[in-house]
Amino acid sequence: MSYKNIKTISNPKLKLEVLTQDEVKKIHEATLQIIEKVGVRFPSKRALEIWEANGAEVDHEKKIVRVKPHIIEDAIKKAPPAYKLAARDPQQDLQLDGNHVNLGTDGCGVEVIDINTGEKRTSCLQDVRDIARIADATEEVAFHWVAVSAQDTPVEARGLHELKAVWENSTKHVQTESVYNVEEAKAAIEMAALIVGGRDKLRERPVLSLMQCTAPPLGHDGGSLDAALLAAEVGIPTGFMTMAACATTGPTTMAGNLAVGNAEVIAGTALLQLAYPGAPVFYAAAQTASDLKTGAYTGGGPEDFLFGAATNILADFYNIPLSMGSFATGAKEPNWQAGLEGSLSTFMASVVMSDMLLGCGFLHGSRIWSFAEMMMDCEIFSIVHKMMEGIVVNDETLAMESIANVGPGGHYLGQKHTRKHMRELFMPKFMDRRPYSEWETKKDDARDWAITKARKTLKEHQPDVLDENISKEMERIIKSVEK
Amino acid sequence: MSEEMYKQMAQCIIDGDSDIAIELAKKSIELKMHPLETITKGFVIGVNYIGDQFGLGEAFLPELVMAGEAMKAAVAVLEPELLKLGEAREMLGRVVLATVEGDIHEIGKTLVGTMLSASGFEVVDLGVDQPADKIIGKALEINANLIGMSALLTTTMVRQREVIEELDKEGLRPRIKVMVGGAPITRDWVTKIKADGYSEDAIGAVKVAKDLVGKGDQ
Repeated sequence: MSYKNIKTISNPKLKLEVLTQDEVKKIHEATLQIIEKVGVRFPSKRALEIWEANGAEVDHEKKIVRVKPHIIEDAIKKAPPAYKLAARDPQQDLQLDGNHVNLGTDGCGVEVIDINTGEKRTSCLQDVRDIARIADATEEVAFHWVAVSAQDTPVEARGLHELKAVWENSTKHVQTESVYNVEEAKAAIEMAALIVGGRDKLRERPVLSLMQCTAPPLGHDGGSLDAALLAAEVGIPTGFMTMAACATTGPTTMAGNLAVGNAEVIAGTALLQLAYPGAPVFYAAAQTASDLKTGAYTGGGPEDFLFGAATNILADFYNIPLSMGSFATGAKEPNWQAGLEGSLSTFMASVVMSDMLLGCGFLHGSRIWSFAEMMMDCEIFSIVHKMMEGIVVNDETLAMESIANVGPGGHYLGQKHTRKHMRELFMPKFMDRRPYSEWETKKDDARDWAITKARKTLKEHQPDVLDENISKEMERIIKSVEK
Repeated sequence: MSEEMYKQMAQCIIDGDSDIAIELAKKSIELKMHPLETITKGFVIGVNYIGDQFGLGEAFLPELVMAGEAMKAAVAVLEPELLKLGEAREMLGRVVLATVEGDIHEIGKTLVGTMLSASGFEVVDLGVDQPADKIIGKALEINANLIGMSALLTTTMVRQREVIEELDKEGLRPRIKVMVGGAPITRDWVTKIKADGYSEDAIGAVKVAKDLVGKGDQ
């Protein structure tokens, strides 16, 4: 299936078995044992009540629940295996069906390398608009996260200002990771309802989805849980993301870390299914290793890449879509490390067909937004997209006639077969394949071309405007939340 | 009538279709169209168009090569007619191309040949593994004003210097200019062996060749 101005990976030829079915089963059994014996913290009154009503053992004081395996397993089975993320423009609806890898922007950063001056500064609402507008024009970006925090808006309604800014500048699906309390979630749902013409239409056309972070190890955030329950009630797709990091918020060994993260996500997902059976949910993860010198969340490195491939195997086992962290890098500017971490993480998460990839555009552990990095990340996604097509072998691609025409010696540049198929070869936007002398006179590179491309897109691209009345109504909703 | 023919001629070059190019060239002879005008008002328009598109990044190397080959095919049909009329197409220069002795790599050199001839040079491509005396002999025979030498190996690129030294010894420079190319060729090497010009790719080679024959503005 192809979408308007969106490039997704589908019908892959490459495959990778990072975990065997036996290993997945072992991780699953460990997960159930963790949830049953160790328990998971659910610091929400509503969540604890739901657990209690469904036969879980609830420690109200510590807010920890312990649940029998069959309760978890039965609940998870109620989750729909496939559904769509709707967009303002229905031609940009995304199928989460296991056969599409959709790239989003990353979130949520606090600083931006200014698109004009190149100086690093605090992020603001205009950045949210600019990023959304460029993403709207960029085919590699299939949906949005709120990329940076609108720090010039009031804290209590910030997530709403951000949502409005994205909707006003793009027709693509919006997934927010920045709405994590009841008040904002209610308002966000109301805003989404305006776009589709009513709350009851959201189940059919969820133009908004919610991503909530867990609080590893083995915990959740109260506000996040309540927001997720509200979303699940109206059919807005919701996912819990674990970022358990080896040696700090998770066990050092990767299998143990997977089990802890899995317990957080699966327990949260089961809660939503117990409350609202059949609610669209997704698995989300951005697990990694901690840096042994600083304790920092690395976002990158070989463990990160392996988690990227392993997690979709788990999500497949539970038969729910996955939103996977990729492109994470600790690099401070677009450089060798950023390219390496972006490429390998995205390849590993794509080769197993993660439904959503989060996402392009960040440096320094998802803190600093770079427009150049965004463009270059998109090129990496395009390269992976091309690789996933694999090698097609048939009479036409074996090119026997052409081979006979050229014979030993000579070249294929003049062959009709070449002309017919040459545009199937990857044409990079930002790779330097020029003669050395040309580079020598200009000394420019991918970063220069990428920022030029971003500037041009921002200047020229006009997104389909959001109905003025809807904008005004959203403004009213936001005002009602502001103190 | 001829306007329509010219359009078709330009189009077959753009399409890189040598068969149609030959067919149209033959038809123009039957219709007694002037061969020089057939070239300049018809086929060349197609070559220029593809060249422009390439410059804009819209057309790719195979399209350039195919256009060049179609052009060459058409001109081959028309050339005898021109001779009969006692006329000749004005060429930018005469070039002898070769891969040097001991080296059998030729795709780069062949591409340079295609590009040069599509741009209006008369090109004699000697092929691969050519010793200095063969190259110089051919240059003298056809009164070439340019020699282009290719080498892919560090062990054979030294042959480029031998040819230049031989030319100097015979006092044939600067009458005959020398351009060199090949993967191991650097600007330092070009300076060291006192070659007149070099390019890292076939497109760049056209500009270098034009400059060397004093037709840089064309």
